[in-house]
Formats: sequence, structure tokens, C-alpha cells
Amino acid sequence: MTRAASGWFGVLLVVALAATLMFLTLPIAAIFAQQPPGELVSALGEEGALDALWLSLRTTATALILIVGVGTPAAYLLATRRVRGRAALITLIELPLVLPPAVAGIALLAAVGPSTFLGQAAQDAGLQLTLATAGVVVALTFVAAPFYLRQAIAAFEAVDPTLLDASRTLGASPARTFGRVAIPTALPGLVAGTALALGRALGEFGATLMFAGSFQGVTQTVPLAIYDRFSTDFTAALALSAVLVAVSAAILLSVKLVRGPDAVAR
Amino acid sequence: MRRRLALCVLAALAGCGDDATVSGGGDKPELVVSAASSMTEALTACAPDFPEATVRLQFAGSDELAAQIRQGVPVDVFAAANTKLPEELAREGKLGEPVVFASNRLVLAVPADGAVDSLTALERSDVTLVIGAEGVPVGDYTRGVLERLGPERSKAILANVRSNEPDVKGIVGKLTQGAADAGFVYASDVQATGGDLRAIELPAALEPKATYGAGVVEAAKQPDAAEAFVDDLAAGGCHRALLEAGFGEP
Repeated sequence: MTRAASGWFGVLLVVALAATLMFLTLPIAAIFAQQPPGELVSALGEEGALDALWLSLRTTATALILIVGVGTPAAYLLATRRVRGRAALITLIELPLVLPPAVAGIALLAAVGPSTFLGQAAQDAGLQLTLATAGVVVALTFVAAPFYLRQAIAAFEAVDPTLLDASRTLGASPARTFGRVAIPTALPGLVAGTALALGRALGEFGATLMFAGSFQGVTQTVPLAIYDRFSTDFTAALALSAVLVAVSAAILLSVKLVRGPDAVAR
Repeated sequence: MRRRLALCVLAALAGCGDDATVSGGGDKPELVVSAASSMTEALTACAPDFPEATVRLQFAGSDELAAQIRQGVPVDVFAAANTKLPEELAREGKLGEPVVFASNRLVLAVPADGAVDSLTALERSDVTLVIGAEGVPVGDYTRGVLERLGPERSKAILANVRSNEPDVKGIVGKLTQGAADAGFVYASDVQATGGDLRAIELPAALEPKATYGAGVVEAAKQPDAAEAFVDDLAAGGCHRALLEAGFGEP
């Protein structure tokens, strides 16, 4: 650092860092600076805002249970066995990670929308997806799952294979090895993946609006409520944004505490 | 090699500024027009023929566009789906005197093969309805219509609402996807779907007067071209395009 920071090059580095910090922190600070904190808190007391927070909490929790419940064994299989076409499978799983949310919304409508075979079947089975809370969960799961899967695959790959072999040689069944050895060893990575998926699910906007619509208490999650209030009640939009900033910061911090300071980069 | 690639990317990005216009006209000024979603088809069709400037259109719910102008987003023309928002902006000193340039009819839109065939059918509990959010012109017009039906019928219909959409395109999308049985949109929106949706006219006593107002934004970079575009909306090529798309005279 001392060598890098000498002469004009050092000045350049410092200026670049200062510009980066300003650019990234100023908008976030402005959320809290535009209105006195009291205003923000009282804007949260409004019924619609509470509904949105409660709905986001419920749908995100449900999506995470689905993602972790199904994703963990799936990631374990991909990480520990020689599955044919493994690289292609992982790329497929990661694709929603880079998809624009609007594409995710259209894709969900095309796959399980009300005018499709699958959507019709779900409806006949009594499961309403579009314009219903279940649709929000589907949208969140679709966009957030890859964040967990990626981390989970990496975490299981990093488990020393001799540990798993030892467990099996000592007579543990594959299921027991998975539950008692693989998961505890990979746990920090799994927790980090869960936190990233949580952050993505909480922030989901486009796919939810297109696939599930926007209705207070049913499909209007916090990001949709922010958009709804942007033109009519800017203070309420700021207050809800402040909550999301706080939650996101808490997620980031907890990941760093679990995995050390470089966690998110890995 | 890598440096050359980076340069190409930079060049492409720089080019974006000029290419992101509807018609690429030599040294004509660039005019930024914020227009209500319901005018998407009509204005996209007429803007390339506007002689005085290269028109860059952006569409959204009128209330979102108004909020952007209040926050200082640099726009030249604001064309809204009501007269309330332009008048408010004019009172705040953000917009010049608004001009009423067109009208639209609010209708009940249903999928072409849908079961809903009247306003009365909306009160049945098995019908799902999608409307505009409060504050969006189409949502406010809709609430006005429902109010005129009386509290009881209005309540029964509002109980069937499944989504409050941020702009009229969201309502049309939900209907064409079969996600809902009916929605309140403009006659021109139904026409734009080319037969996917059917319009059920509202009784004259209920029909709101949906008049569209436009004005030159005070902070406009191209005030002359903006003035000319507002005139074009009121009497020129874009006015004709609006009439063709199902809009009416103001």
C-alpha cells in the first residue's frame, strides 16, 4: 500500500477510491437525509406499508424454505458426484442469475401463466399463481434460487472428500454422511448462500409485478409498494426504502460475521 | 487485442447517445417527450415524421412521469392522460400553460373469448378484475366510474380487484395473458391489441371525461421544438395518429 500510494499514481488511486465511495454511499445516505427520522418511522405505521413488510417477510421466508430444502441436496449431488454434463447443468442453474427481471416475468408467464397447460393444471388443482401470493413465491424462488445454489455447490465442493469417505467407511449411510458430515462442514457457505438469496428475494420487483401483479396485502411486496408510492407519497417510499437498506445491511454484516471479511467476494 | 475490444465497446457506448432516438435525423435537435402509456402506439407511429426535431419518447404512467419532472428529470414535453397533472405542474411553475389535445373513452376490456359481458357481471364474486392504481389517471377515472355506481355496487366490484397496476399497459398485459377476467382501460388500448381484447362500452351517464393535456416543461432544453410538438399533438400529424388509434377530439 505504501509503495502504491507514492507519486501521481498514488494520488490517482486515492481519487478513484474517493469517487467510488461517494458515488455508492451518497444515494443511500440521501434516503435517510431527505426526511427527519421521525417522519420515516411514522410513515411506516401506515397500514399499507405494514402490509407490504409483512407480505415480503412471508413470501421471502417461504421461498427460502423451498430453495434451501430442495436446493441443498441438488447442490450436493452436483458437487460430489460425476454427473454427466455437469458444466452445462450448472450453467443452466445459474442462468436466472443474469436474466433481467422483466425476462423472468415474461418467462414465468409463458411457462406457468394462466393460459398455459401447466398454469391451467395448477389452477385445476386449486393453486392460483398469477395475481396471488403463491405467484409472488414462485417469482422470488425463480430469481433467488441460483444465488443459493451457486454458493452451496461451491461449499460442498470444498468439503474434503476424505472426510466423506471416512464417514462411509465407518459405516454411516450416504444420507447420514450428508446430514452429519457434509452439511456441518459446508455450513458457512450454505448460510452465506441463504443470505444472498434472501437479499435478492427481498428486492425482487419486475418479475413479481409482471407475473403476480400488485395488490396490497396479497402481492404488493415492499419494492412494489415503494414504486406505488413514488409518485403519490414520496415520504412513505423513502421510509420503506430505508427499511430495505437496513435489512440489506444486516444481511451483509451477518454473512461477513459467518464467513470472514471476504465472504461475499468468494 | 483486449485493448481494441475495450475501445470498440467504448465507441459503441458513445454511439448509443445518438442511436437511442426514434429517427436518426442529421443535425436536428433532440426532443425528449414524456407521454402517458396509453399513447405508446400512436406516438411511436407519428414521432419519426415530426419535422422539427428527433423525438425521443418515454412512456410510463402519467403520475410517474409527473413525479420525474418534479424531481428535475430533463424532459421537454409532458403529455398526460388527464388535465389534472399538467395543471398541477403548471401551478407549481414546472410546466407552461397546458393544452388539451385529445380525449379517450374509458371502457371495460375483456378477453375476446371471456365470460364477462357487462358491467353488472363484475359484481359476481367469481370474477377477477385488474385496474389502475390510485393516482394513475386510468385508476382515478375507474374509481370515478365505480363511485357513480353507488357504494354497494362499487364495493362488490372493488372486492374483485386482484391487482392495482402502475400503468395502463400493465392492465392490458394481465388481460391478454388471461390472468384476469376484466379491466378498465381506454378504448384505444383495446384497439391496439388487434382483437385479443373486446371493449364493453360504459353507459354515457357513467363515462368519465378522459381528456389529455400536454405542455412544455419549464426546464426544456428545446423550448421551440417542444412548442411545435405540443401543436402537432393538438392539430398535426400526431393528432391524426391519435385519432387513428381510437382517440377522440378533446
